[in-house]
Amino acid sequence: MNRITQKLQEDKKILSIYFSAGYPNLNDTVQIIQDLEKNGVDLIEIGLPFSDPLADGPTIQASSTQALHNGMTTQILFDQLKNIRESVKIPLIIMGYFNPMLQYGVEAFCKKCAEIGIDGLIIPDLPVDVYADEYKAIFEKYGLINVFLITPQTSDERIRFIDSVSNGFIYMVSSASVTGSQSGFGNTQETYFERIAEMNLKNPQIVGFGISNKETFNQATKYAKGAIIGSAFIKYLSESGSGKIEEFVGEIR
Amino acid sequence: MSFNVNEKGYYGEFGGAYIPEMLYPNVEELRQKYLSIMDEPDFKAEFNQLLKDYVGRPSPLYFAKRLSEKYNTKVYLKREDLNHTGAHKVNNTIGQILLAKRLGKKRIIAETGAGQHGVATATVCALMGIECIVYMGEIDIARQAPNVARMKMLGAEVRPALSGSRTLKDATNEAIRDWINNPVDTHYIIGSAIGPHPYPDMVTRFQSIISEEIKWQLKEKEGRENPDYVVACIGGGSNAAGTYYHFLHEPEVGIIAVEAAGKGVDSGHSAATSKLGKVGVIHGCKTLLMQTPDGQITEPYSISAGLDYPGVGPLHAHLAQSGRGEFFSVTDDDAMNAGLQLTKLEGIIPAIESAHAFAVLDQKKFKPEDIVVISLSGRGDKDLDNYIDYFKL
Repeated sequence: MNRITQKLQEDKKILSIYFSAGYPNLNDTVQIIQDLEKNGVDLIEIGLPFSDPLADGPTIQASSTQALHNGMTTQILFDQLKNIRESVKIPLIIMGYFNPMLQYGVEAFCKKCAEIGIDGLIIPDLPVDVYADEYKAIFEKYGLINVFLITPQTSDERIRFIDSVSNGFIYMVSSASVTGSQSGFGNTQETYFERIAEMNLKNPQIVGFGISNKETFNQATKYAKGAIIGSAFIKYLSESGSGKIEEFVGEIR
Repeated sequence: MSFNVNEKGYYGEFGGAYIPEMLYPNVEELRQKYLSIMDEPDFKAEFNQLLKDYVGRPSPLYFAKRLSEKYNTKVYLKREDLNHTGAHKVNNTIGQILLAKRLGKKRIIAETGAGQHGVATATVCALMGIECIVYMGEIDIARQAPNVARMKMLGAEVRPALSGSRTLKDATNEAIRDWINNPVDTHYIIGSAIGPHPYPDMVTRFQSIISEEIKWQLKEKEGRENPDYVVACIGGGSNAAGTYYHFLHEPEVGIIAVEAAGKGVDSGHSAATSKLGKVGVIHGCKTLLMQTPDGQITEPYSISAGLDYPGVGPLHAHLAQSGRGEFFSVTDDDAMNAGLQLTKLEGIIPAIESAHAFAVLDQKKFKPEDIVVISLSGRGDKDLDNYIDYFKL
């Protein structure tokens, strides 16, 4: 069974952390993953940096740009992760934009992920329709879970379609925004979280965008299976360095 | 071979809608409605009336006598530079603002490179009394100051794009982010034949008035609708798409596309996408794209802000790959000289973007009886400082 599916069956709220690979320093990637696992994080999204990250706000974009300046490439990331499964057991997802994958070759990319022990992918600019038509078979061949986003504007009909194509979890974008631009949730989010919970989807949902601390984590996971922290963690890394991950994770739960 | 978009939004292998889910409702609404709205009689009537009385169409098809003599062929200029706001861009912004109104949108965003699309968008927003925000690269704000001033005077807010190369590509990123953050009340007026389907087709259709007019104007002047060649400069490719549109399926009409070579195609400072690009995804569409082997988008270079873009519209990628279009690249120097030559021979100062198209006359030998229609997509007022600096005038 895929590690993501297994993890989602545990009776707990999932804490997922996103960070940009190669940030703050090129070779921090493996250490950050190991520290996150050691401190009780359930799932990690490893960001493959891209020059033009459309769905990301300034914090993640700046960390991507820095990672690229540090020399990060798709191949270097794969090399860094080569032996990751010797030390890390929790599910690992690579999150990145479609163009670098297209250049690596979608099948070659998936094959490499499977060899390393990556469990899934999140590709915000690969729409579910194109995935279902052109790439689903390749992902399945390599046992990779592909995660799709929904937003407060996504229609019920489309959510049902996304649910039918998904086989891990649904990435529930908390509000209409790019990453890192919200602070706290209001009634709109509450209504949206309830609406999705009532749909009884076959895939659990993990909330992302706007989760930055214990309070927002708890609000988000009141209805959903888990929550993802990205920009807030990157901000923490840039201010405190990669040495104090324990402190950051400890404050969330 | 077809050069129209197919039902999935592709020209050959190029196009599609590679967008984050956050943009799906907006783009899908447009996809479902753009053709039917454009087909409504009252939409057509309002669009055509504004093009006539506000923009000043039809734009003249002018026989350039002295230029023709110099190159020993028959050169016609399609005078998009005479449109209100000084370029072809307004054809599209008029169309999209009318569409946005019918979609009930209250707020307009746009990206701009040279500032022509920003001015054209700010203009139609002033005309309709709608809030307007224009994203523009910080570098372009510096090199296109007159257009920035125009946009502000027209009531638009100009927001600088501070990331990446701080040019058109980054302005487009920022506009897309704004749309993600404002998904309900906002329409994004893309200015070029780029972006997710249906944008390339929608922009092309609004710009196709250019080739529609060329056909009947040439019939009046030469007794035939089809020239031997149509020539246009390409950044994202909206004036080119409009200039080619009614000739795409007329094989006797040669289609010539002129890209910015910057300091030379192989200099590392260029925007000649058809020569330097590979298939990739940028701003929501699959097209030819300048990028590193690792798939990071390369920062392009051209003296002309409007051509300083690392991709081309998917229609143009298809024209390049299929061989239907003949692609040339023109350096900064050749473009500037072609601009000065047009000024001296015909008394017309072209935008530096458009000047690139004229430099093709030095690269390709046309026959004396050939009719060559060149799209003079914009006027050079905005570029006076650049011309003055370059030629030490």
